[in-house]
Amino acid sequence: MVPEIVNRDRLDHHWICDNIEPGSRVLDLGCGSGNLLVLLRDEKQVKGQGIELSEDAIYNCVENGISVNHMDFDSGLASYQHQSFDYVIMNQSLQEVVHVEFALEEAFRVGKNVIIGFPNFAHISSRFQLFFKGQTPVTNSLPHLWYNTPNLHFSSISDFEKFVKEHKYKLLKNFFYSNNTVIRFRPNLRALNAIFIVTRGNSGRPLT
Amino acid sequence: MTKGSLGIVETRQFTFGYTPEDALELECGQKLFPVTLAYETYGELNKDKSNAILICHTLTSDAHAAGYHEGHERPGWWDDMIGPGKAFDTDKYFVISSNVIGGCKGSTGPSSENPATGKPYGLDFPMTTVVDWVNSQKRLVDSFGIKKLFSVSGGSMGGMQVLQWIALYPEMVRSAIPIATAWKQSPQQLALDEVGRQAIMKDPDWNNGAYYGKAIPENGLSIARMLGHITYMSEASMEDKFSRKLRKGNFSFSFDTDFEVEGYLNYNGKAFVKRFDANSYLYITRAMNYCDVSKEKLIPPGKEIDTAFLLIAFKSDWLYPTWQIKEVAQFLMSCHVDTTYCEIKSTYGHDAFLLEFEEETRLVKHFLKRIAHGTGNSK
Repeated sequence: MVPEIVNRDRLDHHWICDNIEPGSRVLDLGCGSGNLLVLLRDEKQVKGQGIELSEDAIYNCVENGISVNHMDFDSGLASYQHQSFDYVIMNQSLQEVVHVEFALEEAFRVGKNVIIGFPNFAHISSRFQLFFKGQTPVTNSLPHLWYNTPNLHFSSISDFEKFVKEHKYKLLKNFFYSNNTVIRFRPNLRALNAIFIVTRGNSGRPLT
Repeated sequence: MTKGSLGIVETRQFTFGYTPEDALELECGQKLFPVTLAYETYGELNKDKSNAILICHTLTSDAHAAGYHEGHERPGWWDDMIGPGKAFDTDKYFVISSNVIGGCKGSTGPSSENPATGKPYGLDFPMTTVVDWVNSQKRLVDSFGIKKLFSVSGGSMGGMQVLQWIALYPEMVRSAIPIATAWKQSPQQLALDEVGRQAIMKDPDWNNGAYYGKAIPENGLSIARMLGHITYMSEASMEDKFSRKLRKGNFSFSFDTDFEVEGYLNYNGKAFVKRFDANSYLYITRAMNYCDVSKEKLIPPGKEIDTAFLLIAFKSDWLYPTWQIKEVAQFLMSCHVDTTYCEIKSTYGHDAFLLEFEEETRLVKHFLKRIAHGTGNSK
């Protein structure tokens, strides 16, 4: 596995960084090499903690000066107390967990707000490949083939919005993008990726 | 950066408790005095005495962790990790490697002279525990005028000492690196130790511990060591090292040493009795059995500690399985302690912590660098 290079130009990282208050406590689930936590530490002085399954990524985190735990969050976040983080981040990791609802319940138990970033399955290029070619879509945000994808769940932006509504979560903010472009118009058709900031009940911090 | 050797080093002795008032008060209620603790140091203590790292050793190890003793070809037991440019970089840090009391490597133990009788203590030596070890190490650390250790590290039994330091003196420890260890032994670990001890105590030469100057319980101690060696390896590492290889190519059709693994165990058992005291084996394993710094014994409810942790486990270690150290990591996280936990994929079993130094170096070096720069993450 090739370690991720610290890339300070990632649009998703910058949007997340812009939307987190300085000094927040942050738990990054599936933090990879810890690049987002590095950005948040340097720019927003957050108190960050990562959880990551890949041993290679753990070494990168430690080299990046990040506190990280080498474990699988599919079995829950039992070691964290209720509401002990301001933000729990699952950027490009929710689609890989086995039990999405359980993972989110756990995230809401330990964190006031949850930031979820995922690839949009309903992007026009996906629709095109499925409709005209009859093939499982491969896009910039879903780069794997059907047989080697780490993703267990494929959702569209509409799916996720429906999910949020049905589970009575409160949507605080969203952000849609394709590669390095912000998408504002018809995101479910045009955005390769989405990020949502969600809270449950009254526990979340009001965001501007 | 060039990784160098420390060259020639020597073991020194620190003695305290010349008077009953200055005695070491033991967990069992007795007083021990005088107390001698063997130790080595590497590197230089800086002006504000803030760069000291304490290294704690395993069951049968000693204070000689790095560098070479005059006239010896083999370096100290963690030479791959300690030295100029290495994980515990002696160009930056002042490393103190301490022995334990109850041992036989230059510290007060059952083979030392009992001042009351002028003869070796034998079983008159009081039962010492990991608490007592750490209390004696604190006296050593105090003797340097060090108020706060930059780090405390060790694997296996050394890791237990690290955790005991946190339980007793968290304010004296800036960072802690326990490796391949547990905060208390499982029944399986207790059981394995008991078999080792019974092998010694059932040896007629043990003579209730009063064998000094006579025949030593060689058979018992070597069997204990053979059992130990089995527990330090994994199934895969034994397959790799010995498989079913025969020493002479065919069966002897007797109970001679046919298989290479038997030869290895016999050789190491016999070699061990030349360098280790049987009574020390009993005392030290007992101390490990008694150690329990689990949960609130490690950090009492409501207490906040600012020590940062790096915990390392090895996947194939079945003597100290990963769940044991993971349990410590999870508890620390629940207490909002700055915690990093890594499970290294290794096939070496419990021995991995002495062998997988490249991975350990990557973790330890950068972890210590972060602590030195003061970018504590979760507090």
